[in-house]
Amino acid sequence: MTIIANAPYDFTSNDRQEDFRGAMLVYVGWARHMMFASPYCWPLPPDMPFGALVEGPMAQAFAQHPDWEQADWSTATWTRNGEPFTPDLSKSLADNGLSHKDSLMFTTPGLDGIGGMGF
Amino acid sequence: MSEVKSTVFLCLQANDETRGVIEAIERDNEHASFDYQPGMVRITAPGTLTVRRETVEEEVGREFDLQELHINMISLSGHVDEDDDALVLSWDR
Amino acid sequence: MDIAVTKKKLGLKERYALMTRGLGWEPTYQSVDDVFPMDSFEGIKIHDWDAWEDPFRLTMDAYWKYQAEKERKLYAILDAFAQGNGHLTLSDARYINTVKLFINGLAPLEYMSHRGFAHIGRQFRGVGPRVACMMQSLDEMRHAQTQVHAISNYNRYYDGMANFRHHHTYLPYLQVPRSFFEDAASGGPFEFITAIGFAFEYVLTNLVFVPFISGAAYNGDMGAMTFGFSAQSDEARHMTLGLEVIKFMLEQDPDNLPIVQKWLNKWTWRGVRVLTLVAMMQDYMLPKRVMSWAEAWEIYFEENCGALFRDLARYGIVMPPCVEQVRKERDHLSHMAWCQFYQARGTNNFHVWLPSKEDMDWLSAKYPETFDQYYRPRFEYWAKMEEEGTPFEAATPPQQCQVCQIPTIFPVAGDPLTRAEHSCTHDGERFHFCSQWCQEIFEDEPEKYVQAKLGAHELYKGNLFGDADPTAEDFDPMAAAMAFLKLTPEDSGLHSDSRDAANFDLWRGLAKANEA
Ligand SMILES: [Fe+2]
Ligand SMILES: [Fe+2]
Repeated sequence: MTIIANAPYDFTSNDRQEDFRGAMLVYVGWARHMMFASPYCWPLPPDMPFGALVEGPMAQAFAQHPDWEQADWSTATWTRNGEPFTPDLSKSLADNGLSHKDSLMFTTPGLDGIGGMGF
Repeated sequence: MSEVKSTVFLCLQANDETRGVIEAIERDNEHASFDYQPGMVRITAPGTLTVRRETVEEEVGREFDLQELHINMISLSGHVDEDDDALVLSWDR
Repeated sequence: MDIAVTKKKLGLKERYALMTRGLGWEPTYQSVDDVFPMDSFEGIKIHDWDAWEDPFRLTMDAYWKYQAEKERKLYAILDAFAQGNGHLTLSDARYINTVKLFINGLAPLEYMSHRGFAHIGRQFRGVGPRVACMMQSLDEMRHAQTQVHAISNYNRYYDGMANFRHHHTYLPYLQVPRSFFEDAASGGPFEFITAIGFAFEYVLTNLVFVPFISGAAYNGDMGAMTFGFSAQSDEARHMTLGLEVIKFMLEQDPDNLPIVQKWLNKWTWRGVRVLTLVAMMQDYMLPKRVMSWAEAWEIYFEENCGALFRDLARYGIVMPPCVEQVRKERDHLSHMAWCQFYQARGTNNFHVWLPSKEDMDWLSAKYPETFDQYYRPRFEYWAKMEEEGTPFEAATPPQQCQVCQIPTIFPVAGDPLTRAEHSCTHDGERFHFCSQWCQEIFEDEPEKYVQAKLGAHELYKGNLFGDADPTAEDFDPMAAAMAFLKLTPEDSGLHSDSRDAANFDLWRGLAKANEA
């Protein structure tokens, strides 16, 4: 559908990638770890290696959880915008095919939150 | 026709000015129930609720304009039908 | 000889007819469509504006009389409350944080409502609704003023209120209520009155002003109780106006039905999402509680909106489909919200705390299906982290819903441990939503919602740095953002660490004892 207005209605999006001075927005959430109330949001350089996202911003956000240091990245599974996704940690975000404002969710098999309660 | 009988309600501040009004409502609406909460009273009734000017005047002992209700009315539900003699809340039209 | 003529006093209905419709006129040198250019583009067809009748039949002279009376009563109590150091009679210093949410989140909406009704009071071509909208516009101005006035008594002593206008415009969490109102105000006059008359007045204000303000009274806040009930006495008239407009549209032309149904679906959901804040106030922020959010929901939504939708069924209106999800979220809403605000406490302008053992027992009694299973363990774990000196706090901004702007905290309905993920692309750009319902609202008018200013994105674009120079060597982005947001360390964080808590205890101690 398109908006019904009483005059020409033409506005650009407020969050185009070019507005972020070379960065792209990426969101990451951790499945079965509801301690983190929502996925988080970062502006990242597209040439950043995926592994650097894990060791840098993600570690900073998620390491307060005791499961973080046990996470095994060789068995972790990912989705991107709800679809299965297999990142190569040595390649850049762009070479992994990530686009501006993609939302990632990762699952760490065997780790099910505090007391196995999904938290 | 729906199976569920809808209730109407009227919330009034519970204060000196509304005491007589609440008593009048009680007299005219046997089917109504009165739930006192801090600072207020919530009057609910299945179908319809009537505030009659004459009864209020008897209770407060003076002339009463039903629009004075606006001062102490907190909330209501149902369709409103107001004239000089009565304010009626109801879902049946 | 003159015959004495007793002039019969006019009845309410005659007086109303003369003082509203009798004040209108037919334009002669301009077409009616040119005089009222905005009440037709939304597609709503009105054939007979004279069929409109305001059920309350309030005329301007009576309006002034009763509103003046309300003001006299209000200010007498406010003065007494301030003169008697009423803030020290509160049940607990934590209560003051609800007052902060009120002044920051709600009072500015009253002002936006004033502007909105002034606008549509000019735009409807029917005289009856124009007069009613003008009165509502004046009421809303009164609400904004009395709330600011009443709460200024708290602002003299406590943090988090002084910058309420600035915070309402920029602080990310306050964009939830603000964007709700801007969404409504940027619709046409019929959508605005449906949004505000139905979702805001009928659903939202009943839940804010009735159980919540009764709770304020219970916690010793005479000031809030008085402005709350005083404002709500106008809302009774407002919701009647809103519902009357909805019925009027449906009666005037069957083509209006799909438009009205679409608006009811949208604004039920928009209203419910804003109510997340109210749910949290009721279950977590009132030290003494009158009723739980779930109980208030049953009375004011299930019972009251149920009755409304049963009544509107005669026109073909059905209960909005989102209500199914709302019911599933009922016993989760306040808990999820408090978990979010607890961990994002560095960017709030009010204080948070973990519920005490006693609070948690009350919550598990009120929410037997959800609290002990899902939320008690979280609060207990976080309490342990606080005790160990490593309190849990989110360091990174959240992903937000493009429509309601709430962080995407909501799980899949019926599956509380799986985060809901909803997204779509528009014009090559991806957008995220808290729910299917916000996504549907977006997809209906994407051109509108792509303009949303989401807090995290604004920060990352550098729009929250004010005059600071991001290229300077010692540039600290968080410090610059806090300075621009006018958010001080005293405004945010844990209640137990706050200056407010310390001052309240000190002053209350002084009020109760004489110095040796
Ligand atoms: Fe208002
Ligand atoms: Fe949303």
